[in-house]
Amino acid sequence: MNFMGYKRPDGSVGIRNHVLILPGCACASETCRVVASQVSGAVNIINNSGCAEVKGNEDMTQKILVGFAANPNVYGVVVIGLGCENVSHSQLRESILKVTNKPVVSFGIQEEGGTLKTIEKAVRVARQMVADASQVTREPCDISNLMLGIECGGSDATSGFGANPAVGNLSDRLVDLGASTMMSETIEFVGAEHILARRGATKEIHDQIIQICRDYEAHLAAAGQDCRHGQPTPGNKEGGLSTIEEKSLGCIHKGGTRPIVEVVMEGERPTKKGAIVMDSPGYDIASVTAMVAGGCQVVVFTTGRGTPTGHALAPVLKVTANRATYQNMIDNMDIDVSGVTEGEVSIEEAGASMLDEVLEVCNGKTTKAESYGFSDIAIDRICRFI
Amino acid sequence: MKAEAIMVTPKDNVVTVVHGAKAGEEVHYFKGAELCSVITTEDIPPCHKIAVAPIAKGEHIIKYGEIIGGAQVDIPVGSWVSHLNIESLPRDYGSELSK
Repeated sequence: MNFMGYKRPDGSVGIRNHVLILPGCACASETCRVVASQVSGAVNIINNSGCAEVKGNEDMTQKILVGFAANPNVYGVVVIGLGCENVSHSQLRESILKVTNKPVVSFGIQEEGGTLKTIEKAVRVARQMVADASQVTREPCDISNLMLGIECGGSDATSGFGANPAVGNLSDRLVDLGASTMMSETIEFVGAEHILARRGATKEIHDQIIQICRDYEAHLAAAGQDCRHGQPTPGNKEGGLSTIEEKSLGCIHKGGTRPIVEVVMEGERPTKKGAIVMDSPGYDIASVTAMVAGGCQVVVFTTGRGTPTGHALAPVLKVTANRATYQNMIDNMDIDVSGVTEGEVSIEEAGASMLDEVLEVCNGKTTKAESYGFSDIAIDRICRFI
Repeated sequence: MKAEAIMVTPKDNVVTVVHGAKAGEEVHYFKGAELCSVITTEDIPPCHKIAVAPIAKGEHIIKYGEIIGGAQVDIPVGSWVSHLNIESLPRDYGSELSK
């Protein structure tokens, strides 16, 4: 099966053709916003860190920034740094060029003599990059080039009965066609990790799934925190999910039933094709951020309560199995699978129609969050700022 | 007939009532192929759970055929089961590892 994608010089295939204006640190985020606002076809992201970080945080920030730059939906990158941050704009540019050969240009605000001079140069470069990108046309590409990110947020009881099993069926269909799917949110395995682990393709993968849950709980405990304080969220509880176990037992359905061939750390790119697990937080925005950095070109996001989220680089399709939520938040919801909860539509039927919708989005159809220009991002933190 | 509540597996001791229910209402659900019902003892909000078996304090609440928590109080049949009367239980990860 094919989709219409943009072939990149590094061999990857995008479903969008963005020029990314990438801030190396918080002090460059506003400059990047202004540059992107001047060039139609350019997108920026907000980076709220990149300086005064412990090593663990610095590594996480860099992994996410490099991953965004390397995401197949990005044609080229304009990096902007300040000049006194931990990782300079030229170091970040070099890190990006180690993993991809797409166009990357970088500037430092202090070197250029302030924001206005930086903006002038960066706008000129970005305009040219957008013009070059516009000459790349979509061509038929095999679906094995696609990696779907699978996320849930604002869950309620219908997520576990309807939306997550339907997305699980979509995941199985994609894996059977040779594509990859990635499920994340380690905290939302807790209480169901013994079931999820049975999908591990090997004993090692089985144990890795148990171990990432154990390590996550231990990491929070070392900081004097209990994952059960924030999970389930107040909205989950109001939506009928009373404990983390109940939430997780519904959550894990979204990954389908195929063997899990690899467990990757947060923000990392898989080396295998098939069903993948990424070790990431239950915080949905941070988890989508990490999966896009890991190379997902498109994300399917199930919700019961209703979530508006979108990402600057990858389309995020919002799916709900709660009919009242679909009607209440119709301006944010892309797919209604409430027929599954109501017993009118089978999980297989919902999965089949969702595959059609995902392929249309891959071929260029815009999601609701894309139309609004939504650009949520949260880079996970290991520890406090210094 | 269409049931008002969902029982995921026949092992479960709770059912979920998608559109909510009033106190004293008879709520139907399928236990496998068998149509069953429970009379609620209080109002149940949409998407929330009703006990279909008596659950004593400390006993497990079962949904998806799995443990979703422990009862903090005795929960009689027909009662609302929520975060107010059940709690998450600690995991024993060591026993789950294959080696």
